[in-house]
Amino acid sequence: MKKTKRIIRAVALGTLMAMTLAACAGSSQPATNSGGAASSAQEGGAAPAAGGEGIFKIGAIGPLTGDGAAYGQAVVNGSKLAVDEINAAGGINGFQVEHRGEDDELNNEKSMNAYNTLKDWGMQMLVGPTTSGCTIAVSDLAHEDNLFLLTPSGTALDCVKYDNAFRVCFSDPAQGTEAAQYMSEKGIGTKYAVIYDSSDPYSSGIYESFNAEAQAQGLEIVSAEAFTSDSNKDFSVQLQKAKEGGADLVFLPIYYNQAALILQQAADMDYHPTFFGCDGMDGILTVENFDTSLTEGLILMTPFSADSEDEMTVSFVQKYQEQFGEVPNQFAADAYDGVYALKAAIEAKGLTPDMSASDICTALMEAFPEITITGLTSSSLSWDASGEPNKEPRIFAIEGGKYVVQ
Amino acid sequence: MKKKLPEKYGFLFVIFLFWLVLTLLSRAGMLTSHFSSLLVPMTYYAIAAVALNLCVGILGELSIGHAGFMCIGAFSSAIFSLLTRQILPGGVRFFLAFVVGILFAALFGFLIGIPVLRLKGDYLAIVTLAFGEIIKNILQAVYLGVDADGVHIALNMTDFRLSPDGITLIKGAQGVSGTPRDSSFTVAVIVLLLSLIIVQNLIDSRDGRAIMSIRDNRIAAEATGIHVTHYKMLAFTISAAIAGAAGVLFSHNVTTMTNISNYFGYNASIMLLVYVVLGGIGNIRGSVVAAMILYLLPEMMRGLNRYRMLIYAIVLILMMLFNWAPALVALRKKLWQRIRDRRPAVGKEA
Repeated sequence: MKKTKRIIRAVALGTLMAMTLAACAGSSQPATNSGGAASSAQEGGAAPAAGGEGIFKIGAIGPLTGDGAAYGQAVVNGSKLAVDEINAAGGINGFQVEHRGEDDELNNEKSMNAYNTLKDWGMQMLVGPTTSGCTIAVSDLAHEDNLFLLTPSGTALDCVKYDNAFRVCFSDPAQGTEAAQYMSEKGIGTKYAVIYDSSDPYSSGIYESFNAEAQAQGLEIVSAEAFTSDSNKDFSVQLQKAKEGGADLVFLPIYYNQAALILQQAADMDYHPTFFGCDGMDGILTVENFDTSLTEGLILMTPFSADSEDEMTVSFVQKYQEQFGEVPNQFAADAYDGVYALKAAIEAKGLTPDMSASDICTALMEAFPEITITGLTSSSLSWDASGEPNKEPRIFAIEGGKYVVQ
Repeated sequence: MKKKLPEKYGFLFVIFLFWLVLTLLSRAGMLTSHFSSLLVPMTYYAIAAVALNLCVGILGELSIGHAGFMCIGAFSSAIFSLLTRQILPGGVRFFLAFVVGILFAALFGFLIGIPVLRLKGDYLAIVTLAFGEIIKNILQAVYLGVDADGVHIALNMTDFRLSPDGITLIKGAQGVSGTPRDSSFTVAVIVLLLSLIIVQNLIDSRDGRAIMSIRDNRIAAEATGIHVTHYKMLAFTISAAIAGAAGVLFSHNVTTMTNISNYFGYNASIMLLVYVVLGGIGNIRGSVVAAMILYLLPEMMRGLNRYRMLIYAIVLILMMLFNWAPALVALRKKLWQRIRDRRPAVGKEA
């Protein structure tokens, strides 16, 4: 008697738990759909019936909270701005576009959750994720689902290893190699030092290729010192080594927040080499409580400068500032170009929103190597079938608090 | 004794039903893909919480490096799977990956236990914290690969001379990628059930009583002739092994492990501790429920956008108050009592 009651209680509890959770999951997403590859086909078929006229759905993923929030927000905002512009101008092939951004907290696992949330929403194309690790993790899922993935800023080599994954930015190896070639061609510096973040795949990826190319070019690297994300406040040891080695150029393939500390600490120890950064350096002029005059003469390779005076950039920067209250960085520009690239590819193939995500993906994979767009990050942006972009590298130096093209 | 059996296994039955219902719903296509993707992580965090509760609640030693054992399980099994990907069929490979991951985690638990478990109280917490950080930092720096010449290990890319046809296993900060996605909800639930059975039986056994006596009064336990270090090692190693199993599920679910400080760093260990504390220290079932709820909560609140993490923090505080504030504890007891009092009457009617 007692036993049966206990079993009944257990059954009730287990069912209740599962039901509550499932209900929870269902309620947040009215358009419930089964997982797996079949779902995308169903969604594609169901959309026109439900909505009347079709809507393209573009998702974006990035860290909106936590350490990398600045990058993720830029990607989501940049892509949103592009979508709003496209909608205002009549949409893609006459169809409106819907945009939704999800948070991944700079965590591969959460990024996969964000991807699945967007899939439930009915995403047909993804502009994201923002960071390399997350992009690699999500590209596994996107490959299984055959959903088109265009990462604005996933720089690691493996981000585009699948044929349905493309990127807007240069890869890490490309950045490292180009930096070394540029230094050797222009003859800036005689002795070189590198300070990089060995715990960050972006930074160590650039360093590796820079190191290889520097040796090929015969550049003399006097010190290559690493730090990790746990010890990224005090750089005096690394700077001291560079100074003792007599380096007159310090290569910083790192993000701008650490770079600002390095510039400050180098000035404090009266060490004034030329600093050279990559695209992660973009944003250094926006660091708070930082004497931006220290950046004078800093050289950086970044695809985008908010100070550029071409019409497109000026209007982008103005709209972005109006809507989000800050100066856009290269993440926002990459994402903005990404959305326009999708638009160009969709128009080239005459796609419609009632097609399944998988069919759209297959068509976009064909279209991408054929299109060329004019964007914020390049005047002629085109792609290889491998997923890598073809564009000219842009190198700026900071003069008088502004980016000046080199 | 006979009466105790269903009580002890009742919770396993609840989990089984939980699995059954969700699997049926998933088969019927009633779960969103977001929700289905949360099932596996939710389960492995529950497993890790059970492991940590064995250490914190039953053995009474505060460990804040348990994510380190998860990390060892995750990396060793991922390396095994990468190496045998071409040779072994999926099922066998995944089973062996579990064996490898659990053995490595247990081995490290044992090795670390030797010096560490002779320490008392806060010292153990400090050393486990350091251990977790060491594991994380080594794995972030090391390059490991295999080719025709044998195994290559290096601490930077220039010293790492792997022939092009070799297999890169760990690539420094770029981590491990390409692990097969073998984890499924079913496997995860089986592992959770097994670890619950192991922990429950350990607690009820003679060894378990010895372990808890050390927790309650070390001097008295020693005086009764209990070999304190032996039992501490036993519990700590089992705890590490179970955490390793959770790590295996992790690495075969998230196939790319970069930026590992997010999942295996100090914060991750503290997160596991939060699951254990909110579920009730020493309450194994509570850990499972707390881990599942707390993992799902921020994901379910995605609709709240940027307020989500703020609200999550507030929920944590409220849960803590609900569980431990004296006034609320008294209120809860009163409610329980009322339900208990009513129950016999309901039984008679039925």
